[in-house]
Amino acid sequence: MASLKELRARIGSIKSTRKITSAMKMVAAAKLRRAQASAEAARPYAAAMRRMLGELAAATRGEDGAPRLLAGTGQDKVHLLVPLTSDRGLCGGFNSNVHRLTVQTIRRLQAEGKTVRLLPVGRRALNFFMREHADLIVDHVTGVSGKEVPFSVASGLGDKINTLLEAGEIDVCTLVFNKFSNAMLQVPVCQQLVPMVVDDAAKDAEPANDVAQGDVAQYEFEPDEATLLAMLLPRNLQVQIYASLLETAAGENGARMTAMDNATRNAGRSIDSLTQVYNRTRQTNITNELIEIISGAQAV
Amino acid sequence: MPIQIEIISPEKVLVSREIDMAVLPGMEGDIAAMPEHSPMMLLLRGGVVALYEGDTVTDRYFVGGGFADITPTRCTILADKAVPVSEISIDTATAQLEALSEAWDKADKTDMTRLSVLQDQILAVRAEIEAGSGAA
Repeated sequence: MASLKELRARIGSIKSTRKITSAMKMVAAAKLRRAQASAEAARPYAAAMRRMLGELAAATRGEDGAPRLLAGTGQDKVHLLVPLTSDRGLCGGFNSNVHRLTVQTIRRLQAEGKTVRLLPVGRRALNFFMREHADLIVDHVTGVSGKEVPFSVASGLGDKINTLLEAGEIDVCTLVFNKFSNAMLQVPVCQQLVPMVVDDAAKDAEPANDVAQGDVAQYEFEPDEATLLAMLLPRNLQVQIYASLLETAAGENGARMTAMDNATRNAGRSIDSLTQVYNRTRQTNITNELIEIISGAQAV
Repeated sequence: MPIQIEIISPEKVLVSREIDMAVLPGMEGDIAAMPEHSPMMLLLRGGVVALYEGDTVTDRYFVGGGFADITPTRCTILADKAVPVSEISIDTATAQLEALSEAWDKADKTDMTRLSVLQDQILAVRAEIEAGSGAA
């Protein structure tokens, strides 16, 4: 059995660990609130963008030579996966969930005979995939999470993907990230960026009175549809990436908050049980000493 | 009858209220969004959006390029960047202009797409400086 001194040291060290985890929990909670606020603030832009894109896509439907961002390259050979993670750990299974889903997707695609390329975002993903699939990495972005996410990160990432696509180096691009549902729960999802999936949900969300007012009136475009579409599509790509980056930032802090809350509680529990062992040991020692004294006295 | 104006930047919604008219800096010329305007989608250059109530300009915002979606009841501006004209920082803008001119000098003069992107950016920043110094 451990000596009293050892036990005291262990209790002391767990106590300071608990201080750290509870401080991290509080920091994460504050950051989470800010991240959630900025994720919400960014939503109207994305929604308006989807609505405009829906109108435009409808207007240009059936025309030849649609931009690659919308229609893809017409092939399905090279897939680019973009896993979004945080730069720091200590946030539970947050990053490993993304890693797992990405690895599963890589295996599935490779089994189908497709070529896979990786563009990890966040230091955790970079480190992980450097070990596992270093040969697949084409590029990486780190230093994203932590502070507020600037839009320039998303636009830079969008440009990178666009360049790869225009150069014909990739055919399909998919984001892998944690969708933030609440502070306790983040669900890893795959979201296909290229070719664009026109979701009907966005069109349904359009205010009904607009449709009634607009009636049969066709949209005018200035300049023409093709130019507008060519400008809007890269922008849309950036906006979608930005939205997922914000979700990742919010999710990271949510996950860290939950993980640190658990850690704090576990520390408390181990302090309790160690204190009990400590007291019991102390009691035993006293009893032993007494027995020794008494039996010594009796022997005389 | 007023029109609902919304100016949205990627980070947040700057304006969402009812006004009588908005003048937008279209890529091919300024366009006024008024009630009952036919539906229209517009590419914006860097310039100033002026919001009118009655005949007076109540607010002026600088937008650094973007898109506008005009319907009979609504005008949504998706700006790459948007600031109230009174809050334009001329120093930052001037620094930006210098950086851009430098990039222009260095740029490959045969790469037309790169050049036209740079040109649009330079024009937008010049418009920003102009709008900012006009307000000061």
